[in-house]
Amino acid sequence: MSRLAVEGLGIGFGGVTALTDVSFNVEAGEIFAIIGPNGAGKTTLFNVVSGLYPPRQGRVRINDEDVTGLPPFKLARRGLSRTFQNLQVFFRMSAADNVMVGRHMHEKRNVLAHLFTLPSVLEQNRVTRAKAEELLAFVDLSDVADRTAGNLPYGALRRLEIARALATEPQILLLDEPAAGCNPVETEEIDNVIQKIAATGVAIVLVEHDMKLVMKISHRIHVLDQGHTIAQGTAGEVRTNERVIAAYLGRHGQREAARA
Amino acid sequence: MMRRFFDSPYAVVLVLAIVVAVLPLLLPSLFYLRVAALICIFALVVVGLNLLIGFAGQVSLGHAGFFGIGAYAVAIGPTHLGIPPWLALILGAIAAGVVAFLVGRPILRLRGHYLAVATLGMGLLFAMVFANESAWTGGPDGMPVPRLVLFGWRMSGPWTWYWIAGVTLVIGAWIAANVIASPTGRALRAIHDSETAAQVLGIDVARYKLIAFVLSAVYAAVAGAYLAMFDGLVTPEASGFLRSIEFVTMAVLGGLGSTLGGIVGAALLVLLPQLLTVFHDYEHIALGLVMIVVMIFVPAGIVPSLANLLGWRKS
Repeated sequence: MSRLAVEGLGIGFGGVTALTDVSFNVEAGEIFAIIGPNGAGKTTLFNVVSGLYPPRQGRVRINDEDVTGLPPFKLARRGLSRTFQNLQVFFRMSAADNVMVGRHMHEKRNVLAHLFTLPSVLEQNRVTRAKAEELLAFVDLSDVADRTAGNLPYGALRRLEIARALATEPQILLLDEPAAGCNPVETEEIDNVIQKIAATGVAIVLVEHDMKLVMKISHRIHVLDQGHTIAQGTAGEVRTNERVIAAYLGRHGQREAARA
Repeated sequence: MMRRFFDSPYAVVLVLAIVVAVLPLLLPSLFYLRVAALICIFALVVVGLNLLIGFAGQVSLGHAGFFGIGAYAVAIGPTHLGIPPWLALILGAIAAGVVAFLVGRPILRLRGHYLAVATLGMGLLFAMVFANESAWTGGPDGMPVPRLVLFGWRMSGPWTWYWIAGVTLVIGAWIAANVIASPTGRALRAIHDSETAAQVLGIDVARYKLIAFVLSAVYAAVAGAYLAMFDGLVTPEASGFLRSIEFVTMAVLGGLGSTLGGIVGAALLVLLPQLLTVFHDYEHIALGLVMIVVMIFVPAGIVPSLANLLGWRKS
Protein backbone atom coordinates (compact mmCIF):
# COMPACT_ATOMS: atom_id res chain seq x y z
CA MET A 1 0.00 0.00 0.00
CA SER A 2 1.44 3.32 -1.06
CA ARG A 3 1.02 6.44 1.01
CA LEU A 4 0.10 8.38 -2.10
CA ALA A 5 -0.96 6.87 -5.43
CA VAL A 6 -1.69 8.96 -8.51
CA GLU A 7 -3.29 7.00 -11.36
CA GLY A 8 -3.71 8.28 -14.92
CA LEU A 9 -4.21 11.89 -13.86
CA GLY A 10 -5.30 14.35 -16.55
CA ILE A 11 -6.48 17.96 -16.54
CA GLY A 12 -6.93 20.74 -19.05
CA PHE A 13 -7.88 24.39 -19.04
CA GLY A 14 -10.14 25.33 -21.92
CA GLY A 15 -8.59 23.73 -24.99
CA VAL A 16 -5.13 23.40 -23.41
CA THR A 17 -4.19 20.06 -21.91
CA ALA A 18 -1.95 20.60 -18.89
CA LEU A 19 -1.47 17.01 -17.70
CA THR A 20 -1.97 13.72 -19.54
CA ASP A 21 -2.03 10.28 -17.95
CA VAL A 22 0.40 10.94 -15.08
CA SER A 23 0.87 8.04 -12.65
CA PHE A 24 3.19 7.45 -9.71
CA ASN A 25 3.32 6.07 -6.16
CA VAL A 26 5.08 7.49 -3.16
CA GLU A 27 5.96 5.35 -0.14
CA ALA A 28 6.34 6.30 3.52
CA GLY A 29 9.71 7.88 4.25
CA GLU A 30 10.49 8.34 0.57
CA ILE A 31 11.65 11.57 -1.05
CA PHE A 32 10.08 11.62 -4.50
CA ALA A 33 11.07 14.48 -6.80
CA ILE A 34 9.13 15.81 -9.78
CA ILE A 35 11.25 17.73 -12.27
CA GLY A 36 10.78 19.17 -15.72
CA PRO A 37 11.05 22.41 -17.69
CA ASN A 38 8.90 25.45 -16.93
CA GLY A 39 5.30 24.82 -17.96
CA ALA A 40 5.71 21.04 -17.73
CA GLY A 41 2.75 20.87 -15.34
CA LYS A 42 4.52 20.34 -12.01
CA THR A 43 2.62 22.93 -10.00
CA THR A 44 -0.63 21.97 -11.75
CA LEU A 45 0.00 18.40 -10.66
CA PHE A 46 0.42 19.62 -7.06
CA ASN A 47 -2.76 21.67 -7.31
CA VAL A 48 -4.72 18.63 -8.50
CA VAL A 49 -3.27 16.28 -5.90
CA SER A 50 -3.91 18.78 -3.07
CA GLY A 51 -7.52 19.26 -4.21
CA LEU A 52 -7.35 22.86 -5.48
CA TYR A 53 -8.33 21.72 -9.01
CA PRO A 54 -10.57 18.72 -9.74
CA PRO A 55 -8.92 16.33 -12.25
CA ARG A 56 -10.53 15.63 -15.61
CA GLN A 57 -9.31 12.02 -15.60
CA GLY A 58 -7.64 9.69 -13.15
CA ARG A 59 -7.70 8.98 -9.43
CA VAL A 60 -5.75 10.05 -6.38
CA ARG A 61 -5.47 7.63 -3.44
CA ILE A 62 -4.17 8.19 0.06
CA ASN A 63 -3.38 4.96 1.91
CA ASP A 64 -5.49 3.13 -0.70
CA GLU A 65 -8.54 5.30 -0.04
CA ASP A 66 -9.91 7.10 -3.12
CA VAL A 67 -9.76 10.84 -2.36
CA THR A 68 -10.22 12.17 -5.92
CA GLY A 69 -12.06 15.49 -5.98
CA LEU A 70 -12.16 16.01 -2.21
CA PRO A 71 -11.74 19.66 -1.15
CA PRO A 72 -8.31 20.62 0.26
CA PHE A 73 -9.43 20.82 3.91
CA LYS A 74 -10.72 17.25 3.79
CA LEU A 75 -7.49 16.05 2.18
CA ALA A 76 -5.63 17.79 4.98
CA ARG A 77 -7.65 15.74 7.47
CA ARG A 78 -6.51 12.59 5.63
CA GLY A 79 -2.90 13.56 6.13
CA LEU A 80 -1.92 15.59 3.07
CA SER A 81 -0.18 18.94 3.45
CA ARG A 82 1.80 21.18 1.14
CA THR A 83 3.83 24.36 0.68
CA PHE A 84 3.58 26.84 -2.18
CA GLN A 85 5.99 28.01 -4.85
CA ASN A 86 4.59 31.56 -4.61
CA LEU A 87 4.64 31.75 -0.80
CA GLN A 88 1.21 31.63 0.83
CA VAL A 89 2.32 32.79 4.25
CA PHE A 90 -0.16 34.60 6.53
CA PHE A 91 1.87 37.78 6.23
CA ARG A 92 0.05 39.84 8.84
CA MET A 93 0.34 37.18 11.54
CA SER A 94 3.42 36.41 13.62
CA ALA A 95 5.62 33.45 12.71
CA ALA A 96 4.30 31.56 15.76
CA ASP A 97 0.67 32.33 14.83
CA ASN A 98 1.32 31.01 11.30
CA VAL A 99 2.40 27.68 12.71
CA MET A 100 -0.43 27.72 15.27
CA VAL A 101 -2.93 27.94 12.39
CA GLY A 102 -1.38 24.71 11.12
CA ARG A 103 -2.52 23.04 14.36
CA HIS A 104 -6.15 23.87 13.56
CA MET A 105 -7.27 20.30 12.84
CA HIS A 106 -5.82 19.07 16.10
CA GLU A 107 -7.45 21.77 18.20
CA LYS A 108 -10.79 21.67 20.00
CA ARG A 109 -13.04 23.71 17.75
CA ASN A 110 -16.06 24.47 19.92
CA VAL A 111 -17.04 27.98 18.83
CA LEU A 112 -19.32 28.53 21.84
CA ALA A 113 -16.38 27.89 24.16
CA HIS A 114 -14.35 30.36 22.07
CA LEU A 115 -16.97 33.10 22.52
CA PHE A 116 -16.56 33.04 26.28
CA THR A 117 -12.92 31.87 26.59
CA LEU A 118 -13.64 28.92 28.81
CA PRO A 119 -10.57 27.58 30.67
CA SER A 120 -10.34 24.80 28.05
CA VAL A 121 -9.63 27.46 25.39
CA LEU A 122 -6.73 28.94 27.36
CA GLU A 123 -5.33 25.44 27.84
CA GLN A 124 -5.75 24.75 24.11
CA ASN A 125 -3.92 27.97 23.20
CA ARG A 126 -1.08 27.03 25.54
CA VAL A 127 -0.73 23.53 24.05
CA THR A 128 -0.89 24.87 20.49
CA ARG A 129 1.70 27.54 21.21
CA ALA A 130 4.08 25.01 22.77
CA LYS A 131 3.78 22.76 19.70
CA ALA A 132 4.35 25.75 17.40
CA GLU A 133 7.52 26.70 19.29
CA GLU A 134 8.78 23.14 18.98
CA LEU A 135 8.26 23.22 15.19
CA LEU A 136 9.86 26.66 14.85
CA ALA A 137 12.89 25.26 16.68
CA PHE A 138 12.93 22.33 14.23
CA VAL A 139 13.30 24.70 11.26
CA ASP A 140 15.60 27.01 13.25
CA LEU A 141 13.24 29.98 13.50
CA SER A 142 12.84 30.17 17.29
CA ASP A 143 14.37 33.62 17.54
CA VAL A 144 11.77 35.19 15.22
CA ALA A 145 8.69 33.48 16.69
CA ASP A 146 6.95 36.74 17.57
CA ARG A 147 8.01 38.75 14.53
CA THR A 148 5.34 39.54 11.92
CA ALA A 149 5.79 37.07 9.08
CA GLY A 150 5.69 39.83 6.45
CA ASN A 151 8.95 41.21 7.82
CA LEU A 152 10.95 37.97 7.63
CA PRO A 153 13.59 37.25 4.96
CA TYR A 154 12.76 34.96 2.07
CA GLY A 155 14.66 31.89 3.23
CA ALA A 156 12.97 32.11 6.64
CA LEU A 157 9.53 32.25 4.98
CA ARG A 158 10.30 29.06 3.04
CA ARG A 159 11.14 27.28 6.29
CA LEU A 160 8.14 28.86 8.02
CA GLU A 161 5.85 27.32 5.39
CA ILE A 162 7.46 23.94 6.01
CA ALA A 163 6.97 24.28 9.79
CA ARG A 164 3.34 25.29 9.24
CA ALA A 165 2.72 22.30 6.98
CA LEU A 166 4.37 19.99 9.52
CA ALA A 167 2.06 21.35 12.23
CA THR A 168 -0.80 19.46 10.56
CA GLU A 169 1.14 16.21 11.27
CA PRO A 170 1.02 15.12 7.62
CA GLN A 171 1.65 11.64 6.28
CA ILE A 172 2.29 13.12 2.85
CA LEU A 173 4.03 16.46 2.32
CA LEU A 174 4.11 18.22 -1.05
CA LEU A 175 6.95 20.77 -1.29
CA ASP A 176 6.68 23.16 -4.24
CA GLU A 177 10.16 24.60 -4.92
CA PRO A 178 11.19 24.85 -1.26
CA ALA A 179 14.62 26.22 -2.20
CA ALA A 180 13.47 28.75 -4.83
CA GLY A 181 15.17 32.08 -4.31
CA CYS A 182 17.35 30.75 -1.50
CA ASN A 183 21.12 31.19 -1.35
CA PRO A 184 23.39 28.09 -1.10
CA VAL A 185 23.49 28.24 2.71
CA GLU A 186 19.71 28.44 3.00
CA THR A 187 19.35 25.65 0.41
CA GLU A 188 21.64 23.49 2.51
CA GLU A 189 19.45 24.11 5.58
CA ILE A 190 16.29 23.23 3.69
CA ASP A 191 17.95 20.11 2.31
CA ASN A 192 18.70 19.00 5.90
CA VAL A 193 15.18 19.76 7.06
CA ILE A 194 13.65 17.72 4.21
CA GLN A 195 15.81 14.71 4.99
CA LYS A 196 14.95 14.92 8.68
CA ILE A 197 11.21 15.00 7.85
CA ALA A 198 11.47 11.99 5.54
CA ALA A 199 13.35 10.11 8.25
CA THR A 200 10.24 10.40 10.46
CA GLY A 201 8.27 8.37 7.89
CA VAL A 202 6.54 11.19 6.01
CA ALA A 203 6.20 10.64 2.26
CA ILE A 204 7.67 13.70 0.55
CA VAL A 205 6.88 14.86 -2.97
CA LEU A 206 9.26 17.57 -4.09
CA VAL A 207 9.14 19.94 -7.04
CA GLU A 208 12.48 21.65 -7.41
CA HIS A 209 14.68 23.27 -10.06
CA ASP A 210 17.90 23.07 -8.05
CA MET A 211 19.32 19.91 -9.69
CA LYS A 212 22.10 19.50 -7.15
CA LEU A 213 19.51 19.40 -4.35
CA VAL A 214 17.19 17.06 -6.27
CA MET A 215 19.89 14.58 -7.27
CA LYS A 216 21.37 14.54 -3.78
CA ILE A 217 18.32 13.88 -1.63
CA SER A 218 15.70 12.19 -3.87
CA HIS A 219 15.15 8.45 -3.75
CA ARG A 220 13.27 8.49 -7.04
CA ILE A 221 12.68 11.16 -9.67
CA HIS A 222 9.72 11.61 -12.01
CA VAL A 223 10.26 13.77 -15.10
CA LEU A 224 7.42 15.70 -16.76
CA ASP A 225 7.51 17.48 -20.11
CA GLN A 226 4.46 19.29 -21.49
CA GLY A 227 2.17 17.38 -19.16
CA HIS A 228 3.52 13.94 -20.08
CA THR A 229 5.72 11.61 -18.08
CA ILE A 230 8.99 11.12 -19.96
CA ALA A 231 10.97 9.22 -17.36
CA GLN A 232 10.98 7.88 -13.84
CA GLY A 233 13.76 6.30 -11.83
CA THR A 234 16.68 6.90 -9.52
CA ALA A 235 18.92 9.93 -9.88
CA GLY A 236 21.46 7.87 -11.82
CA GLU A 237 18.86 6.55 -14.28
CA VAL A 238 17.20 9.89 -14.90
CA ARG A 239 20.50 11.75 -15.28
CA THR A 240 21.58 9.57 -18.22
CA ASN A 241 18.16 9.27 -19.88
CA GLU A 242 18.40 10.75 -23.39
CA ARG A 243 14.83 12.12 -23.39
CA VAL A 244 15.42 13.91 -20.09
CA ILE A 245 18.65 15.41 -21.35
CA ALA A 246 16.97 16.57 -24.53
CA ALA A 247 13.86 18.02 -22.85
CA TYR A 248 15.24 19.43 -19.64
CA LEU A 249 18.76 18.88 -18.36
CA GLY A 250 20.72 19.65 -21.50
CA ARG A 251 24.42 18.70 -21.69
CA HIS A 252 25.41 21.32 -19.12
CA GLY A 253 22.63 20.31 -16.73
CA GLN A 254 23.71 16.71 -16.98
CA ARG A 255 27.23 17.61 -15.85
CA GLU A 256 25.75 19.75 -13.05
CA ALA A 257 23.50 16.89 -11.95
CA ALA A 258 26.40 14.43 -12.06
CA ARG A 259 28.36 16.51 -9.57
CA ALA A 260 25.68 16.24 -6.87
CA MET B 1 5.31 48.05 28.63
CA MET B 2 2.77 50.10 26.65
CA ARG B 3 3.48 47.89 23.65
CA ARG B 4 2.83 44.66 25.44
CA PHE B 5 -0.33 46.10 27.01
CA PHE B 6 -1.81 47.13 23.66
CA ASP B 7 -0.94 43.82 22.04
CA SER B 8 -3.46 42.13 24.31
CA PRO B 9 -6.97 42.24 22.90
CA TYR B 10 -8.25 42.46 26.47
CA ALA B 11 -6.50 45.79 27.04
CA VAL B 12 -9.07 47.39 24.75
CA VAL B 13 -11.92 45.85 26.75
CA LEU B 14 -10.47 47.20 30.00
CA VAL B 15 -9.93 50.70 28.60
CA LEU B 16 -13.43 50.63 27.12
CA ALA B 17 -15.02 49.57 30.42
CA ILE B 18 -13.29 52.45 32.23
CA VAL B 19 -14.33 54.98 29.58
CA VAL B 20 -17.94 53.79 29.62
CA ALA B 21 -18.02 53.98 33.43
CA VAL B 22 -16.46 57.45 33.71
CA LEU B 23 -17.96 59.20 30.69
CA PRO B 24 -21.38 60.12 32.20
CA LEU B 25 -19.61 62.07 34.97
CA LEU B 26 -17.94 64.28 32.35
CA LEU B 27 -20.92 64.95 30.12
CA PRO B 28 -22.53 68.34 30.74
CA SER B 29 -26.09 67.53 29.68
CA LEU B 30 -28.63 64.87 28.75
CA PHE B 31 -28.13 65.79 25.11
CA TYR B 32 -24.55 64.55 25.21
CA LEU B 33 -25.59 61.45 27.12
CA ARG B 34 -28.03 60.70 24.32
CA VAL B 35 -25.22 61.08 21.78
CA ALA B 36 -23.02 58.79 23.89
CA ALA B 37 -25.77 56.15 23.96
CA LEU B 38 -26.06 56.35 20.17
CA ILE B 39 -22.29 55.94 19.84
CA CYS B 40 -22.42 52.78 22.01
CA ILE B 41 -25.26 51.34 19.91
CA PHE B 42 -23.49 51.95 16.59
CA ALA B 43 -20.15 50.84 18.00
CA LEU B 44 -21.76 47.52 18.90
CA VAL B 45 -22.61 46.94 15.23
CA VAL B 46 -19.11 47.88 14.12
CA VAL B 47 -17.39 45.63 16.69
CA GLY B 48 -19.37 42.70 15.24
CA LEU B 49 -18.89 43.77 11.63
CA ASN B 50 -15.16 44.06 12.26
CA LEU B 51 -15.02 40.31 12.94
CA LEU B 52 -16.34 39.77 9.42
CA ILE B 53 -14.58 42.55 7.48
CA GLY B 54 -11.47 43.27 9.56
CA PHE B 55 -10.59 39.74 10.62
CA ALA B 56 -12.13 37.30 8.12
CA GLY B 57 -11.67 39.83 5.29
CA GLN B 58 -15.19 39.42 3.89
CA VAL B 59 -17.05 42.62 3.03
CA SER B 60 -20.77 43.17 3.67
CA LEU B 61 -22.75 46.11 2.33
CA GLY B 62 -25.99 44.73 3.73
CA HIS B 63 -25.66 44.56 7.49
CA ALA B 64 -28.37 47.16 8.00
CA GLY B 65 -30.67 44.33 6.96
CA PHE B 66 -29.82 42.50 10.20
CA PHE B 67 -29.98 45.79 12.12
CA GLY B 68 -33.53 46.13 10.72
CA ILE B 69 -34.48 42.58 11.71
CA GLY B 70 -33.56 43.38 15.32
CA ALA B 71 -35.37 46.73 15.20
CA TYR B 72 -38.58 45.33 13.72
CA ALA B 73 -38.52 42.30 16.03
CA VAL B 74 -39.01 44.55 19.10
CA ALA B 75 -41.71 46.47 17.24
CA ILE B 76 -43.70 43.61 15.67
CA GLY B 77 -43.26 41.08 18.51
CA PRO B 78 -45.00 43.05 21.29
CA THR B 79 -47.47 44.88 18.99
CA HIS B 80 -48.75 42.04 16.81
CA LEU B 81 -47.82 38.86 18.65
CA GLY B 82 -48.06 39.88 22.30
CA ILE B 83 -44.47 38.83 23.04
CA PRO B 84 -42.81 40.82 25.86
CA PRO B 85 -40.17 43.25 24.49
CA TRP B 86 -37.20 41.53 26.18
CA LEU B 87 -38.17 38.20 24.60
CA ALA B 88 -38.73 39.90 21.24
CA LEU B 89 -35.18 41.28 21.51
CA ILE B 90 -33.75 37.79 22.03
CA LEU B 91 -35.90 36.24 19.30
CA GLY B 92 -34.89 39.06 16.94
CA ALA B 93 -31.20 38.35 17.55
CA ILE B 94 -31.78 34.62 16.95
CA ALA B 95 -33.82 35.35 13.81
CA ALA B 96 -31.01 37.53 12.43
CA GLY B 97 -28.53 34.73 13.14
CA VAL B 98 -30.71 32.16 11.37
CA VAL B 99 -31.29 34.46 8.37
CA ALA B 100 -27.53 35.17 8.20
CA PHE B 101 -26.88 31.42 8.25
CA LEU B 102 -29.34 30.73 5.42
CA VAL B 103 -28.29 33.70 3.27
CA GLY B 104 -24.59 33.37 4.09
CA ARG B 105 -24.25 29.78 2.89
CA PRO B 106 -24.80 30.61 -0.78
CA ILE B 107 -23.42 34.16 -0.96
CA LEU B 108 -20.21 33.70 1.03
CA ARG B 109 -18.94 31.55 -1.83
CA LEU B 110 -18.54 34.84 -3.69
CA ARG B 111 -15.45 36.94 -3.24
CA GLY B 112 -14.49 40.61 -3.27
CA HIS B 113 -16.70 42.84 -5.39
CA TYR B 114 -19.15 40.03 -6.12
CA LEU B 115 -19.72 39.45 -2.41
CA ALA B 116 -20.12 43.21 -1.90
CA VAL B 117 -22.86 43.39 -4.55
CA ALA B 118 -24.63 40.27 -3.26
CA THR B 119 -24.73 41.57 0.32
CA LEU B 120 -25.89 44.93 -1.02
CA GLY B 121 -28.82 43.15 -2.70
CA MET B 122 -29.56 41.28 0.52
CA GLY B 123 -29.77 44.55 2.50
CA LEU B 124 -32.01 46.19 -0.12
CA LEU B 125 -34.30 43.17 -0.04
CA PHE B 126 -34.87 43.51 3.71
CA ALA B 127 -35.49 47.26 3.42
CA MET B 128 -38.10 46.57 0.69
CA VAL B 129 -39.87 43.98 2.82
CA PHE B 130 -40.03 46.35 5.80
CA ALA B 131 -41.33 49.18 3.60
CA ASN B 132 -43.94 47.10 1.77
CA GLU B 133 -45.45 44.78 4.35
CA SER B 134 -47.54 47.62 5.77
CA ALA B 135 -49.94 45.38 7.70
CA TRP B 136 -47.05 44.18 9.85
CA THR B 137 -44.51 46.98 9.68
CA GLY B 138 -46.53 50.16 9.19
CA GLY B 139 -44.99 50.63 5.74
CA PRO B 140 -42.72 53.58 4.88
CA ASP B 141 -43.89 55.57 7.91
CA GLY B 142 -42.71 52.86 10.29
CA MET B 143 -44.33 51.88 13.56
CA PRO B 144 -44.04 52.73 17.26
CA VAL B 145 -41.93 50.50 19.50
CA PRO B 146 -43.22 49.73 23.01
CA ARG B 147 -40.90 50.51 25.92
CA LEU B 148 -38.73 47.74 27.28
CA VAL B 149 -39.88 46.65 30.74
CA LEU B 150 -37.41 44.67 32.86
CA PHE B 151 -38.35 43.41 36.35
CA GLY B 152 -41.15 45.94 36.51
CA TRP B 153 -38.85 48.83 35.47
CA ARG B 154 -39.74 50.82 32.39
CA MET B 155 -36.58 51.46 30.38
CA SER B 156 -36.57 54.91 28.83
CA GLY B 157 -34.51 58.05 28.60
CA PRO B 158 -30.81 58.64 27.77
CA TRP B 159 -29.56 57.65 31.23
CA THR B 160 -31.03 54.16 31.15
CA TRP B 161 -30.15 53.54 27.55
CA TYR B 162 -26.64 54.82 27.95
CA TRP B 163 -26.02 52.18 30.63
CA ILE B 164 -27.74 49.37 28.72
CA ALA B 165 -25.87 50.14 25.49
CA GLY B 166 -22.59 50.85 27.25
CA VAL B 167 -22.56 47.62 29.23
CA THR B 168 -23.62 45.63 26.16
CA LEU B 169 -20.80 47.24 24.17
CA VAL B 170 -18.23 46.21 26.78
CA ILE B 171 -19.60 42.66 26.76
CA GLY B 172 -19.63 42.68 22.94
CA ALA B 173 -16.00 43.85 22.83
CA TRP B 174 -15.05 41.18 25.38
CA ILE B 175 -16.68 38.43 23.26
CA ALA B 176 -14.94 39.77 20.14
CA ALA B 177 -11.60 39.72 22.02
CA ASN B 178 -12.28 36.13 23.08
CA VAL B 179 -13.00 35.05 19.52
CA ILE B 180 -9.89 36.79 18.16
CA ALA B 181 -7.62 35.08 20.69
CA SER B 182 -9.09 31.61 20.06
CA PRO B 183 -8.50 28.97 17.37
CA THR B 184 -11.55 30.42 15.59
CA GLY B 185 -9.89 33.84 15.50
CA ARG B 186 -6.66 32.39 14.10
CA ALA B 187 -8.69 30.63 11.39
CA LEU B 188 -10.46 33.90 10.47
CA ARG B 189 -7.19 35.84 10.23
CA ALA B 190 -5.65 33.03 8.18
CA ILE B 191 -8.56 33.13 5.72
CA HIS B 192 -8.04 36.88 5.35
CA ASP B 193 -4.37 36.48 4.39
CA SER B 194 -4.58 33.36 2.20
CA GLU B 195 -7.71 31.32 1.66
CA THR B 196 -5.72 28.73 -0.26
CA ALA B 197 -3.23 28.16 2.54
CA ALA B 198 -6.03 28.08 5.12
CA GLN B 199 -7.81 25.31 3.21
CA VAL B 200 -4.67 23.29 2.79
CA LEU B 201 -4.11 23.44 6.56
CA GLY B 202 -7.50 21.79 7.14
CA ILE B 203 -9.62 24.90 7.78
CA ASP B 204 -13.19 24.59 6.53
CA VAL B 205 -13.14 28.09 5.04
CA ALA B 206 -16.87 28.21 4.22
CA ARG B 207 -17.74 27.31 7.81
CA TYR B 208 -15.58 30.02 9.36
CA LYS B 209 -16.80 32.72 7.00
CA LEU B 210 -20.32 31.70 7.98
CA ILE B 211 -19.48 31.86 11.70
CA ALA B 212 -18.17 35.42 11.29
CA PHE B 213 -21.21 36.37 9.19
CA VAL B 214 -23.71 34.98 11.73
CA LEU B 215 -21.89 36.55 14.71
CA SER B 216 -21.77 39.96 13.06
CA ALA B 217 -25.47 39.67 12.15
CA VAL B 218 -26.38 38.99 15.79
CA TYR B 219 -24.37 42.04 16.94
CA ALA B 220 -26.20 44.17 14.37
CA ALA B 221 -29.63 42.83 15.37
CA VAL B 222 -29.10 43.54 19.08
CA ALA B 223 -27.97 47.09 18.27
CA GLY B 224 -30.95 47.57 15.94
CA ALA B 225 -33.34 46.48 18.67
CA TYR B 226 -31.70 48.88 21.14
CA LEU B 227 -31.96 51.83 18.78
CA ALA B 228 -35.63 51.08 18.04
CA MET B 229 -36.48 50.82 21.74
CA PHE B 230 -34.43 53.92 22.57
CA ASP B 231 -36.18 55.97 19.85
CA GLY B 232 -39.59 54.38 20.49
CA LEU B 233 -40.02 54.25 16.72
CA VAL B 234 -38.74 52.22 13.79
CA THR B 235 -38.83 53.07 10.07
CA PRO B 236 -37.51 51.17 7.01
CA GLU B 237 -34.52 53.53 7.03
CA ALA B 238 -33.17 51.44 9.92
CA SER B 239 -32.28 48.78 7.36
CA GLY B 240 -31.63 51.15 4.47
CA PHE B 241 -28.70 51.18 2.11
CA LEU B 242 -27.19 54.30 3.71
CA ARG B 243 -27.14 52.61 7.11
CA SER B 244 -25.14 49.69 5.70
CA ILE B 245 -22.66 52.08 4.11
CA GLU B 246 -22.43 54.00 7.36
CA PHE B 247 -21.48 50.81 9.26
CA VAL B 248 -18.73 49.93 6.79
CA THR B 249 -17.46 53.52 6.78
CA MET B 250 -17.23 53.49 10.58
CA ALA B 251 -15.24 50.26 10.50
CA VAL B 252 -12.86 51.48 7.78
CA LEU B 253 -12.32 54.99 9.21
CA GLY B 254 -11.55 53.67 12.68
CA GLY B 255 -9.34 50.90 11.40
CA LEU B 256 -10.20 47.41 10.16
CA GLY B 257 -9.01 44.60 12.35
CA SER B 258 -9.02 46.81 15.44
CA THR B 259 -11.88 46.58 17.94
CA LEU B 260 -10.99 49.95 19.42
CA GLY B 261 -10.81 51.32 15.88
CA GLY B 262 -14.40 50.30 15.20
CA ILE B 263 -15.56 52.11 18.32
CA VAL B 264 -13.59 55.26 17.44
CA GLY B 265 -15.01 55.12 13.90
CA ALA B 266 -18.53 54.88 15.24
CA ALA B 267 -17.92 57.78 17.63
CA LEU B 268 -16.50 59.89 14.83
CA LEU B 269 -19.42 59.35 12.45
CA VAL B 270 -22.01 60.00 15.18
CA LEU B 271 -20.21 63.06 16.57
CA LEU B 272 -19.05 64.74 13.37
CA PRO B 273 -22.51 65.67 12.07
CA GLN B 274 -23.23 67.22 15.50
CA LEU B 275 -19.98 69.20 15.50
CA LEU B 276 -20.21 70.18 11.85
CA THR B 277 -23.57 71.90 12.30
CA VAL B 278 -21.49 75.11 12.62
CA PHE B 279 -20.99 74.84 8.86
CA HIS B 280 -24.76 75.01 8.33
CA ASP B 281 -25.51 74.24 4.68
CA TYR B 282 -22.05 72.84 4.05
CA GLU B 283 -22.28 70.21 6.76
CA HIS B 284 -22.29 67.23 4.39
CA ILE B 285 -19.46 68.62 2.31
CA ALA B 286 -17.37 69.00 5.46
CA LEU B 287 -18.21 65.45 6.55
CA GLY B 288 -17.18 64.07 3.16
CA LEU B 289 -13.95 66.06 3.26
CA VAL B 290 -13.04 64.73 6.70
CA MET B 291 -13.59 61.18 5.44
CA ILE B 292 -11.46 61.73 2.33
CA VAL B 293 -8.65 63.31 4.34
CA VAL B 294 -8.63 60.45 6.86
CA MET B 295 -8.45 57.86 4.07
CA ILE B 296 -5.63 59.68 2.28
CA PHE B 297 -3.45 60.29 5.33
CA VAL B 298 -4.23 57.23 7.45
CA PRO B 299 -5.41 54.55 5.01
CA ALA B 300 -5.02 51.84 7.68
CA GLY B 301 -7.62 53.66 9.78
CA ILE B 302 -7.27 56.01 12.71
CA VAL B 303 -6.50 53.63 15.57
CA PRO B 304 -3.97 51.27 13.88
CA SER B 305 -2.12 54.28 12.41
CA LEU B 306 -1.99 56.06 15.76
CA ALA B 307 -0.80 52.88 17.49
CA ASN B 308 1.96 52.54 14.88
CA LEU B 309 2.97 56.15 15.28
CA LEU B 310 3.29 55.79 19.04
CA GLY B 311 5.21 52.53 18.67
CA TRP B 312 2.63 50.42 20.47
CA ARG B 313 2.52 47.82 17.74
CA LYS B 314 5.01 45.14 16.90
CA SER B 315 7.12 45.84 13.82
